Amino acid sequence: MGLPAVAIPFLGKLILSTHTQPDTTWAGGGSPFAIGSKPLGMWLFVVSDALTFSTFLVIYTYARLSNPGWPSPFGPSSIAQATLMTFVLLTSSYTMALAVNAMKTGRRGRAVRMLLATVGLGLAFVGLHIAEWMHLIRVEGVTLAANPWNQPLFGATFFTLTGLHMAHVAAGVLYLAIVAAALSRNKLDAHDVETSGLYWHFVDLVWMFIFPLVYLMSAKL
Amino acid sequence: MAAPAGRPKVTNMNHGFLRRYLFSTDHKTIGLQYITLSIFAAFVGIALSVLMRFHLVYPESRWRLLETLWPDGAPGGVMTPELYLSLMTMHGTIMVFFLLTTVPQGGFGNYFLPLQIGAADMAFPRLNMLSFWTTFLSFVVLCAAFFVEGGAPLAGWTAYPPLSAVGQIAGPGQGLGQTLWVLSIALFCIASLMGAINFITTTLELRTRGMSLLRMPLTCWGWFTTAIISLFAFGVLLAGGVLLLLDREAGTSFFLPAGLMINDKLLANKGGSPLLFQHLFWFFGHPEVYIAILPGMGAVSTILATFSRKPVFGYRAMIWAMLIIGFLSFVVWGHHMFISGMSPYSSIAFSLLTVTVGVPSAIKTFNWLGTIWGGSLRLTTAMLFALGFVSVFISGGLTGLILGQPALDSYFHDTYFVVGHFHMIMGVATVFAAFAATFYWFPKMRGRMMNETLGRIHFYLTFIGVYAIFIPMHFAGIAGNPRRYADFAQFDFLKDLSFLHKATTHAAFFTAAVQLLFLFNFLWSWWKGPKAGQNPWHATTLEWTLPSPPPEENFGHNPPQVHRGPYDYSLPGAPKDFLMQQEER
Repeated sequence: MGLPAVAIPFLGKLILSTHTQPDTTWAGGGSPFAIGSKPLGMWLFVVSDALTFSTFLVIYTYARLSNPGWPSPFGPSSIAQATLMTFVLLTSSYTMALAVNAMKTGRRGRAVRMLLATVGLGLAFVGLHIAEWMHLIRVEGVTLAANPWNQPLFGATFFTLTGLHMAHVAAGVLYLAIVAAALSRNKLDAHDVETSGLYWHFVDLVWMFIFPLVYLMSAKL
Repeated sequence: MAAPAGRPKVTNMNHGFLRRYLFSTDHKTIGLQYITLSIFAAFVGIALSVLMRFHLVYPESRWRLLETLWPDGAPGGVMTPELYLSLMTMHGTIMVFFLLTTVPQGGFGNYFLPLQIGAADMAFPRLNMLSFWTTFLSFVVLCAAFFVEGGAPLAGWTAYPPLSAVGQIAGPGQGLGQTLWVLSIALFCIASLMGAINFITTTLELRTRGMSLLRMPLTCWGWFTTAIISLFAFGVLLAGGVLLLLDREAGTSFFLPAGLMINDKLLANKGGSPLLFQHLFWFFGHPEVYIAILPGMGAVSTILATFSRKPVFGYRAMIWAMLIIGFLSFVVWGHHMFISGMSPYSSIAFSLLTVTVGVPSAIKTFNWLGTIWGGSLRLTTAMLFALGFVSVFISGGLTGLILGQPALDSYFHDTYFVVGHFHMIMGVATVFAAFAATFYWFPKMRGRMMNETLGRIHFYLTFIGVYAIFIPMHFAGIAGNPRRYADFAQFDFLKDLSFLHKATTHAAFFTAAVQLLFLFNFLWSWWKGPKAGQNPWHATTLEWTLPSPPPEENFGHNPPQVHRGPYDYSLPGAPKDFLMQQEER
């Protein structure tokens, strides 16, 4: 699931080896978007990945609209937990931005610390998310294929959508950890941190769709 | 950035066999790997189609070979309908993905995009290697379906649910075979996405001095546009594939409605819709047609100009036409679903958008004609195949306008009319462009010429052959002959068509045999062809400024300075009839 999402950061090393023309040779009508190959490559990955997520969201929308009696199982505690997860992820985007900024101003140590903070927050998000999954599976009896409300697509769309997102967060945690480790050994530069930041903010942005569409719209308050 | 400014990375040329030929990061080696894979896939696909055509006209004949190959699929040497369907599925999948998608972009694009824009390699060389090996793995996984229990899948290259989603119960190949099919396509999506990212970044970031976007050869525009389309299309198919896999393996119901009876068994699924998959599939599937043909359009433009000794007529219009085709490709998918239960209002919208594709296509066609108009034509094999491309593009394109009408499509859909149409426009046109590109670029890739006499014979026989195969299919379709049937003999209304089918089958045997000429020419020229110079065709683009074959580091420390557009042929007052892009005067 979400294999490119797993594969590409995993193979961060692959991406990190870019082929660059010497600066003097560039005159192809102005550097497009004024960014280097690596951030551009990540932007393009984000575009394709956004299409994959959009497809999942469209399917969720279809399933919800075409099945009357769609369940609303998320009580106040679930919503509170999802809100906390949202807060954690938003905060991690903030620390990520601080890391990118620190690298741009040449403060490598601070960048590493901010990246590690981002990794920590990402892990916290995954932990909270798994706890919530476990609650749904064990207490509410929702699985991928079945649930107590006889709406099989509820569990199917919920677990695929949030699962794909969680896989992205987990892959991102690994990716950022690799970047942080390399940075602390004086490898990589500001562009690499910026590239990893693009990925992380994208994953954060996806959650900003999932939180209202999946959780708030199915709240039982 | 990794490489220090002012010093281009020049790869060490002394690495061993593995790094050099198998796990190479050199875009030229990777391009050749893609081309090799495609040629192999093409011959597998041809063999499958020959078996199918044979069965269609000689359904009763016993053939020991079949029983040896497929003991369950051909007991007593007679092909079962299930085996026929599995051959059809594999033929379609192999040809669409591993020939038509792979050779124009992965093969020729990889080899020539960096050369034509004056770069030393692709932007992400190791990602490039990973793309190829993922594609290769995808091919292996697909072919493995032949050897597992139940054999290859039956659901066609479109893999429509519910039959593709319910497993073994729907037929022998619908068990593990279909699962492998889905896995293979998912891998292919990932490989194509990595390739698309690489192509776009390379085009935008690595152009040499003076190579502005509007000085790029149309080939580069073709690859660039194709990469953009791939970037948008494959992510959606990947999502569809993942969900189909979950339906098959995890018991979800994304594409399965309630109350479904399959082989007298009521399924427990509920809530989903098979139409959902059709939407996802064709949102990818229609752009896929242009992914196959746009690089060919670029190559044909370049080849027509080179062998007419004239600039491409309407260079900018050609670029706009490609970009507009690329955009329209994402808003016409519904024309594949006119008879799937679509609102007539949607049908009208999709129909209008579909016929709109005719406008940029006509711009391209008339510009090709304008390019050769009044030129001094050199009918090399490459030129002949490029002209043949224009011919089959028109023949296949016009029937597309017919199928774009919902009223007509409701009759023609699922008849041989559609089979004839898409083979002409997507299959033959793309393959002709690939042949043209092979004859055109072989001297650069190998440093030797291909045999022109053999090439011309191959062209004329293939040209006659493909028309003889696919034009009769249109008539069979008009007569109401359904597609995907394993046996026509039991239907009275098809009796009169048996002569047509026999002729088609024999034309197919003939055309398949003729392709061995190409294979022979390719292999013979690879080792024995006469040496080619640096620029045998007197062409203008940057790859012809390098030795043949180009050195591993391409331009090395001296990236060229580009001074002019890509098609400066027969310039008034020039000392010779062409000026290369890096020449000042």
